[in-house]
Amino acid sequence: MKNEIIRILQQNARVSDKELGEMLGISAEEAAAEIKKLEDDGVIRGYSVILDDEKYDKSMVCATIELKVTPQRDIGFDDIAKTIMMYDEVDSISLMSGAYDLAVEVRGNNLKDVALFVSERLSTIDGVLSTATHFILKKYKEKGIFIDDEAPDERGWC
Amino acid sequence: MKLLTKEAGVNVIDYDKILSQKVKDIKPSGIRKFFDIAGTMDDVISLGVGEPDFNTPWVIRKAAIQVLERKHIIYGPNKGVVPLRKAVCERISKKHDVSYDSEKEIIITVGGSEAIDLAIRGLVNNGDEVLVVEPCFVCYAPLVELAGGVAVPVPTRIENNFKLTVEDFRDKVTERTKLIILPFPNNPTGAVMTKEDLEPIAEFLRETNIMVLTDEIYSELTYGRKHFSIIELDGMRERTIYVNGFSKAYAMTGWRLGYLAAPEPIVSQIAKIHQYGIMCSPYISQNAAVEALNSCDAEVNKMVDEYNVRRRYLVSEFNRLGLTCFNPEGAFYVFPCIKSTGLTSDEFCERLLYEGKVAAVPGTAFGDSGEGYMRISYAYSLKHLMEAIRRIEIFLKKLEAEKNEG
Repeated sequence: MKNEIIRILQQNARVSDKELGEMLGISAEEAAAEIKKLEDDGVIRGYSVILDDEKYDKSMVCATIELKVTPQRDIGFDDIAKTIMMYDEVDSISLMSGAYDLAVEVRGNNLKDVALFVSERLSTIDGVLSTATHFILKKYKEKGIFIDDEAPDERGWC
Repeated sequence: MKLLTKEAGVNVIDYDKILSQKVKDIKPSGIRKFFDIAGTMDDVISLGVGEPDFNTPWVIRKAAIQVLERKHIIYGPNKGVVPLRKAVCERISKKHDVSYDSEKEIIITVGGSEAIDLAIRGLVNNGDEVLVVEPCFVCYAPLVELAGGVAVPVPTRIENNFKLTVEDFRDKVTERTKLIILPFPNNPTGAVMTKEDLEPIAEFLRETNIMVLTDEIYSELTYGRKHFSIIELDGMRERTIYVNGFSKAYAMTGWRLGYLAAPEPIVSQIAKIHQYGIMCSPYISQNAAVEALNSCDAEVNKMVDEYNVRRRYLVSEFNRLGLTCFNPEGAFYVFPCIKSTGLTSDEFCERLLYEGKVAAVPGTAFGDSGEGYMRISYAYSLKHLMEAIRRIEIFLKKLEAEKNEG
């Protein structure tokens, strides 16, 4: 049940309790209770919206920034990550394995905003050894949702 | 007979006289008609297709690419490449505990459709009667007629959840009855036949010379219960031609691959039709399909889970909208009843298309017994289905308002 709920919400988090219940073969009240439990347990952390930035705001700039940092005694990377995540400009931040340590997704109104954010805010943090900024040119898919317009359905009816 | 006519002094072929009478007598598919109209309209949301919206699982596509890269693309053996025939036998044995000889009792065909055609042409003599259980997919009766046979419709009824009962066909059996076609899980109703449903039918058939053509193309797409095949019942393997394929379960419609399994004396004869008419099924598809049988069970289950969510949603919504919808346990169609609107299936679907901008197939496309119903495919995303339901609801309210005015 849990997996099915998540799968449906990942496609469309705006289904009503009634619709979700219908899809799962349970009542609307039961569906609401299942969701509440997932929220209370902290499995579901929130609901967001997936935008086509091109259509929403053409000047918007997104970048992925690779950070190499020195882990701190006892707390490792958590402290730095928690500092960085407080900035509104930061969409996401994850600890990575491999050649760098933190992947930070940042958005800004223009290239300069993002570049300045990196040089003035991120690289100046104690423990940050280096940054590498990659601007995102085009998004094709995000969280399972296609950003491109759908291709026409070519299926016939037989 | 005079085939040429003179027009302005030039000999012109009269195609009407050239064409075979049997071919001209075939009715065009009732599905096609609505599809063609819908194709000319903007902003129509379709619920008409009969093929999965999922892509073929990647491992299968990858296998096909490797075949292209590494192999010589040849005709291959008439009855199909050996590894695929073996894999098919293993699959049938695993699913139904019935064994077939991969050398002598299997033909890999161009889709389930060719397998159906082979079975019918292989069995039917001029004037032989074939019981066609309806509502059903559109191909059976025309193929019977092309083979010189007579298609005898056997309607199933909503009261029996569109399952076949012996009472439905007992009186239609004559000296000339050669074959009965069992299309379950059913397109368009979604009905399935359980072991208990099939037992009395097998009991009846065991006392006759009637053969069974069981079209189990939707056998992997069942919800809540495992598919049961008539070949599992005593004495039925001997009197059954079993048809299945890759199109629906593995989302491989365009790969054109199916198969039939039948006793050796039948396969050895009908293999000739396949050999002369087709030669062999597509080599790339055959090799890739081995991968489908060997390693795609989890992918199929994922698709089934997704279909099931859509199925439950649609059944519940149609019932809410007052279009009583029987609970289908197989395939990817729901078959809501539209009788409450006072319209015929054709009228309803036509108005739904023009006024509601939703395209669905009238039940009558699948036989006269489909009158009063429409077929809704859920081989579409939930988002698509939810939009369709929204439009249908608006359309029904409009119909209701008209009724009240009138």
